Amino acid sequence: MHELSITHGIVAICAERAGTERVTCVRLEIGQLSAVLPDAVRFCFDICAKGTVVEGAILEIIETPGRALCRDCNGEVAMTQLFGRCRCGSANLRVIAGEELKIREMELA
Amino acid sequence: MCTICGCSETQAATYTVPGAHAHTHDHDHEHGHAHEHDHDHGHTHTHAPAEDPHAVLHAAMHGRTIALEQDILAKNKVLAERNRGWFEGREVLALNLMSSPGSGKTSLLERTIHALKNEMNIYVVEGDQAGTNDAERIRATGCAVIQVNTGAGCHLEADMLARSMQQLNPRSGSLVLIENVGNLICPALFDLGERAKVVVISVTEGDDKPTKYPHMFRACRLMLINKIDLLPHVRFDVDRCIARAREVNPDIHVLQVSAETGQGMEPWYQWLRRELAGQPTFAPT
Repeated sequence: MHELSITHGIVAICAERAGTERVTCVRLEIGQLSAVLPDAVRFCFDICAKGTVVEGAILEIIETPGRALCRDCNGEVAMTQLFGRCRCGSANLRVIAGEELKIREMELA
Repeated sequence: MCTICGCSETQAATYTVPGAHAHTHDHDHEHGHAHEHDHDHGHTHTHAPAEDPHAVLHAAMHGRTIALEQDILAKNKVLAERNRGWFEGREVLALNLMSSPGSGKTSLLERTIHALKNEMNIYVVEGDQAGTNDAERIRATGCAVIQVNTGAGCHLEADMLARSMQQLNPRSGSLVLIENVGNLICPALFDLGERAKVVVISVTEGDDKPTKYPHMFRACRLMLINKIDLLPHVRFDVDRCIARAREVNPDIHVLQVSAETGQGMEPWYQWLRRELAGQPTFAPT
């Protein structure tokens, strides 16, 4: 479960930026193709935040759906995994969204 | 703790040049930059946040929102770009070789070094969780090598490569082959600053690996299918494997080789020569 360590990283970045201030909310953007499960991050967040300035903060996760552009017909394809097929039959796809792994913002008390 | 695999933050990565003394550095994930100076002096540094510190203070006073827009893996990416610039400045071709354990990466390197060592300078970085067996094998070829033991870590990171290059100090115009830790998951997510990532899959594995580990096959420019001398004895379907790799990564180049018999190795050497000369890669299957 790499989400535990990912969540440790998130808390570390927020705590470093916040300094001595208390963090009340953290907003993440996690792409649905990023190989990170939001529910697992939620599960880990309180444990990782304990004893830091992030303890008690609300965690909000914006999940970005996967999208790709077909390189043959230029159509847009919804993606639930890193590969797929366009309606035109082509598998020649370029993923344009869904791989985000980002801390968007945080709120301080 | 590492942001991907859960490896311990306090665990030290170890750097060993076979035949020389062992050397240990902290595997510190908190630094956003590489150090090239000693920290022996008696004061501490404060690492300033990337955004305006006044904005943080202002937000603290008024309960405001701080826009971070920070990539969770950003620190490694910055270090990787430093490495990339370092390599470009020296016209060094650095390749990051990745695979499952046991795909034959080290054997592939041994044969490649024997074939090419008279026409180019080759340096090797061996990444393993523990032990120096692989580095000893490379050293026996006469090639300069450093072993990085990641301890609890399951992949190499950009700062490890930077430290390895300080030790190896490759000549201008040389080839640096980085054998990553055998693992098809985490190494795909950590840019080292290499020119290209190369994945090795052997025919003793399942031909469905590309769609089982899509992040890895998507990140790589070249797939080497190794141990093709064993094809008559296994159920591995080369065409199906290539089709699956192309589903994940339509641009991936594929070469079929046997590091054991040497079959198919010449196109791989040609690929290396062209890359080293800065020429665009061809796309055979």
